[in-house]
Amino acid sequence: MRWLFVKDLQIMRRSPLLTAILVIYPIAIAVLIGFALSRGPATPRVAFLNEIPAGTPLVIGGHQLDITGARGELCSRIDCVDVSSEEQARQMVESGDVLAALILPKDFINDIESLASLTPSQPTVKVLVNEEDPVKANLVDDRISALITQANLRLSRKVTRLAANYLTLLLRGGHLNLLGQTINVLGLKSTQDILEAIQPELPSGSPFAPALQRVITFARLARQNLNLANPLLSSIAHPIQVEKEVVSGSPPSLDAFAISVAATVTLMFATVLLVAGSLALEREENAFTRLTRGLVAKWALLTEKIALGIALSIVITLLMLAGLSLFVHIHWGRFPLILAAIVAGGAAFAAFGAAIGAAAKEVRASSLLAFMISLPIAFISLVESGTVSPTLYDIIKIVRAIFPFGPALDAMSGGLDAAGPALGLPIIHLAILAAAYGVLARIAIRRFA
Amino acid sequence: MSTSVRAVIGQEASANGEVVIETRALAKAFGDRPALRGVTFGAHRGELLAVIGPNGAGKTTLLSILAGIRKPDSGTVSRPPGEIGWVPQQAALYRRLTVAENLRLFARLEKVPDLDAAVEEMLDQTALADRRDDQAGTLSGGNQQRINIAIGLLARPAVLLLDEPSAGLDPRQRERLWDFVLALAGGGTTVIFSTHDLAEAERYGQRLLVLADGENLFDGTAPELHAAVPESGARDFEQAFVAFLRERGH
Repeated sequence: MRWLFVKDLQIMRRSPLLTAILVIYPIAIAVLIGFALSRGPATPRVAFLNEIPAGTPLVIGGHQLDITGARGELCSRIDCVDVSSEEQARQMVESGDVLAALILPKDFINDIESLASLTPSQPTVKVLVNEEDPVKANLVDDRISALITQANLRLSRKVTRLAANYLTLLLRGGHLNLLGQTINVLGLKSTQDILEAIQPELPSGSPFAPALQRVITFARLARQNLNLANPLLSSIAHPIQVEKEVVSGSPPSLDAFAISVAATVTLMFATVLLVAGSLALEREENAFTRLTRGLVAKWALLTEKIALGIALSIVITLLMLAGLSLFVHIHWGRFPLILAAIVAGGAAFAAFGAAIGAAAKEVRASSLLAFMISLPIAFISLVESGTVSPTLYDIIKIVRAIFPFGPALDAMSGGLDAAGPALGLPIIHLAILAAAYGVLARIAIRRFA
Repeated sequence: MSTSVRAVIGQEASANGEVVIETRALAKAFGDRPALRGVTFGAHRGELLAVIGPNGAGKTTLLSILAGIRKPDSGTVSRPPGEIGWVPQQAALYRRLTVAENLRLFARLEKVPDLDAAVEEMLDQTALADRRDDQAGTLSGGNQQRINIAIGLLARPAVLLLDEPSAGLDPRQRERLWDFVLALAGGGTTVIFSTHDLAEAERYGQRLLVLADGENLFDGTAPELHAAVPESGARDFEQAFVAFLRERGH
């Protein structure tokens, strides 16, 4: 078996295209994933048209708000492309230069200020989007909605804070600036204090005593009840609070999961294709019959191919992880666990590849079959619960259980990140799959010659 | 098997001495279709035995049973497959390995004691020593077939099975190949080969085994086959062969 292994390595070495693919593929995947993880999401380009006359202050309830700072914050979250007219903004959206256009109309500030008046009008911003591409349309909706929601929240906080100040003034008294004049407001507390001081001075049996008592009672009750208004206003600013409780699973970080997916996909394609092709090659070279005529047992030949797949999966996956470690942090302290995950995944994928190679019999057919089976299974295995109907998800769970991608991904996640799934079950699962596909390959190889 | 055929086997055995391989009543069926029906024959040391017959006669089935690739339903073969060299019709070698690497690999798998000597000997025999470091895939079909045969000879088998060895070769390559095979037989190796080429069978086969529908119809020399159909008026071996088959109901 050792010499067959050496022979396969010699053949690989003599196949420059195959060798190049086996080296370049994991490095290319590592670079792509590395860039994607290290650079974060790109800032969307949005055309920004501000029709508000320059220098217009935003004043709510006598308080001036910093509109310049708000613009700066907005443009730090999106890539603002300043335009001079709505027509220009429209052209840029249509041509795809920008994802969308955000237009602040000239009466926008007045409408916001009216919110604190007796005749409020709804402030409105205009958004131009190009929804030819549904994915892009969704992205624009999400981004713009998020921005508007945040702006609304900030504004409501300001208005709420202002209302709370008025209430405090009414309760405790103080100074109020109105139309350039300062007005002294007595406040309910002082009113109550003054009236309570006057009450003992009234002559006994005075007809004003009951009325005074009623006013004192009103002042006290009003103060006590208005005291509750402040927390009520605060709750309006944050009407819904999220209290998150994780009831099952402790997912690994998104970076670790992305690395696991990339590593597992690389492991799958390289191992399945190589083993399937290598086994089919024995038949194409007419060597299978010569070998299994007594020189090598069929089981030994399959074992050699699976060992080749495992060896290659170790090299390729470690190469990819080494490439990725230039961009993101890999916990190399967990190397034994990572290696265990690679070996288990490699064994299951190699046995799967052997079954495909034995069934397909020809190198080209086996490569095609490997792609046709592996790719959809990888996609299906990434579907999460709750995103499809329960019946469909039950079917997906069966597919995940039958094919090695799902457990290999779990093992890789567990190997790479302490927060990932425990390694034990996925490794046992992969060992069972390796044995099952090994048996299938052995059955298929009976009709191989 | 007819009485005359049995008589021929007996004569050959006595004429050539040691019988190195012998089959007794080999039978094999694929489903309901019989491929071999009680085939019995023997071959002697250094003999060239041609197995001929129409398509589906059972030639490849017979050779694959002798090689140990298939198991017979009944009957016996006197020599175990491990002691028989087998050369499939299409070159069974790794085209990305060099000539020497192919020989070395199979010599290792055959557990040949003196690896280097065996490889050098085969390179000499095939006259491919100067191309030892060339990848097998770059060689002509004839040269690939020579390596194919050399691999079958690595374990120094007493019997070599060749399944249509000259198929796909041009006349010049075919001549070189047969020179090589004749030299092997001259060295004492018993060569059993199947072929569709009757001229080749007549020229190189010291004895012919005619199979039809899995049955062994004839075991003797080419002139004896001619003589078996005296009324046919056959002018050459091919006509005699066709007449023989017709006479036997095939």
